[in-house]
Amino acid sequence: MKDPVDVLIIGAGASGAAVAWSLAETKMHILCLEQGGWMNPAEYPSTGRDWEARFFGEWSSSPNIRGRPEDYPVNDDNSPIKVVNYNAVGGSTVMYTAHWPRLHPSDFKVKTLDGVADDWPIDYDALTPFFEENDRMMGTSGLSGDPLSPLTHPPMPQQPMGLSGAIVAKAMNKLGWHWWPSDTTVATMDYEGRARCINLGHCTPACAQGAKSSTDITYWPHAVRAGVELRTHCRVREITTDENGMATGVVYYDKDGIEQFQPAHVVIIACNGVGTPRLLLNSKSDRFPNGLANSSGLVGKNLMFHPYAQIYGYVKEPTDSNRAPPTCLWSKEWYDTDLSRGFVRGYGVQFVRGAGPVFEAVVSEQKGILPWGEDHHRVFRKLNGHRLGFSAICEDLPEEHNQVTLDPVLKDSHGIPAPKIDYTISENSRKMMDHALARGREVLEMAGATDICVNSPIPWGGWHLLGTARMGTDPQRSVVNEWGRTHDVKNLFIVDGSIFVTSGGVNPTSTIQALALYIADQMKQRLANLFD
Amino acid sequence: MSESLQLTRAQRDDLRTIAAMIVPASDEYKVPGADDAAIQADMLATLGRDTKMVTAALDHLARLAGGPLAELDASKRNAAAQEFRKKGGAAAATLVRVVLQCYYRDDRVLRSLGLELRAPFPKGYVLPDGDWSLLDPVKARGGTLRRAP
Repeated sequence: MKDPVDVLIIGAGASGAAVAWSLAETKMHILCLEQGGWMNPAEYPSTGRDWEARFFGEWSSSPNIRGRPEDYPVNDDNSPIKVVNYNAVGGSTVMYTAHWPRLHPSDFKVKTLDGVADDWPIDYDALTPFFEENDRMMGTSGLSGDPLSPLTHPPMPQQPMGLSGAIVAKAMNKLGWHWWPSDTTVATMDYEGRARCINLGHCTPACAQGAKSSTDITYWPHAVRAGVELRTHCRVREITTDENGMATGVVYYDKDGIEQFQPAHVVIIACNGVGTPRLLLNSKSDRFPNGLANSSGLVGKNLMFHPYAQIYGYVKEPTDSNRAPPTCLWSKEWYDTDLSRGFVRGYGVQFVRGAGPVFEAVVSEQKGILPWGEDHHRVFRKLNGHRLGFSAICEDLPEEHNQVTLDPVLKDSHGIPAPKIDYTISENSRKMMDHALARGREVLEMAGATDICVNSPIPWGGWHLLGTARMGTDPQRSVVNEWGRTHDVKNLFIVDGSIFVTSGGVNPTSTIQALALYIADQMKQRLANLFD
Repeated sequence: MSESLQLTRAQRDDLRTIAAMIVPASDEYKVPGADDAAIQADMLATLGRDTKMVTAALDHLARLAGGPLAELDASKRNAAAQEFRKKGGAAAATLVRVVLQCYYRDDRVLRSLGLELRAPFPKGYVLPDGDWSLLDPVKARGGTLRRAP
């Protein structure tokens, strides 16, 4: 029998890393179990001539396509949006675009302002110091002062505008619409041991330069130095409980596939919006027959993805193609509710710089704009290096029928039941997506783009996994309380995207990590009576 | 045994034929077709996890052609190829992707496109900073963040 640890964290991604680092100052014995391993930047795609081809295989954003032992399969057949994630130290921060907006203050009061969904039990101000702390730790770049975004203080200047950004900026100015250089976690100067960005290209499948922030190179080195133990290739099967309904530890499979039991006084789940409900539902017992912490019946419910409405076209001028980070500018022009548009809530926009030659060829052939035969070469030269994109991140409202359950058949490499997704895009979201596509078309046409194509939704666009263990003060309507502790199990906490009450219309990782730091702070303040 | 050897001679012949129909050689752009020996060798050597789907696609193509694709007359070959492209599903899409991903990393093709023959790392690329005075109208217009109660 292993000695118990004070705190056991499950998952070493965005939120697990942040909470581990924050709690490390308590000098408690903290252990993190991660199903993946440490990354090796020397093996990242951009180090090889076949860098684009690898995106379609072992570096796909889809765990079902990658199919590594570290990945768990997801049955998402019944969803127009497929789950994408990454399993390793660093989690999905290894594989993300590094776009770094925050939720807006109004996103925490959706019910009060717009009469839909629910208000969060906390407000933006409660998270402000943790947003700032997280931006320093992750190392952000940007330009302070965006009039339509919360005030931020990025420690590094914004990314270069590049060729694509200038084209977008001129078109948006002609239309009189808001745009601003995006906050990102791409280092634009040497920062805390990270080298500055040298524009390797698409940052999403990991950055060989280390310029893109991922928690394996930001939080984890600090946390490990401070005494946190990180055990890799350890996949947790279930959380165990005692006769008093308290968590006692976890059963996991170690790197050799041997079943182990690790006792713990406190358990923190950081597996995000699909992994977390999967684990809770797999932790059912006589005392918790519907899954752990699920007296509300809401574990796995209210899954929010952010349907992406993407439109792109081809301009005459050269764009940045693959020779720059993928995103550069954002717009909040349509972020807030305006009922004259025919829907409630809104969306953020991220402009996309371009694509590499293989991606361009493959996607354009599939879209039918790149012909086979004699004319292939002429058309390809018109398309390649001329792409400009507009992606709207549409706010998904919580709906209980959008859910994560356990698949009765599908299992991971350890025989643990895999998650099943049932998800539909709501009528409100559809209207929002159509509105975004119409605005995007105006921008592209103003920029002189032709051959305009649409992905609505982006099918493999399920990056944002939110809402499946929501936060609230009412135990009948939520899974965790206003400081992340589950209502049902007083020594069990959740710190990831599953606790979001609503989704906002922006990439969520900044807010996920701010929440994790906030919850860690709440725990530290309450150590003497944490279980009361 | 490498996985590429799992393709039969007939399948390799059909792969070469359909590849040339997707991307033919061009004197104008001074590029080989996707049936070029070096590009074909790259495809066969790196099929890997795509072998099963590409094999299925080639089987489908063989059924549509009713024999070796190269031996059909031009109109029948084109008809089979069009049908394959239209109704070949995920397997056909995989085959086309394999052809394109090998074609568009060939040195001669990249040179023709004016692209450098190297991996992105470690040299990277230079990005122009741009004219940030473009932001002046946005700043002048201002705006208000929606207030939360």
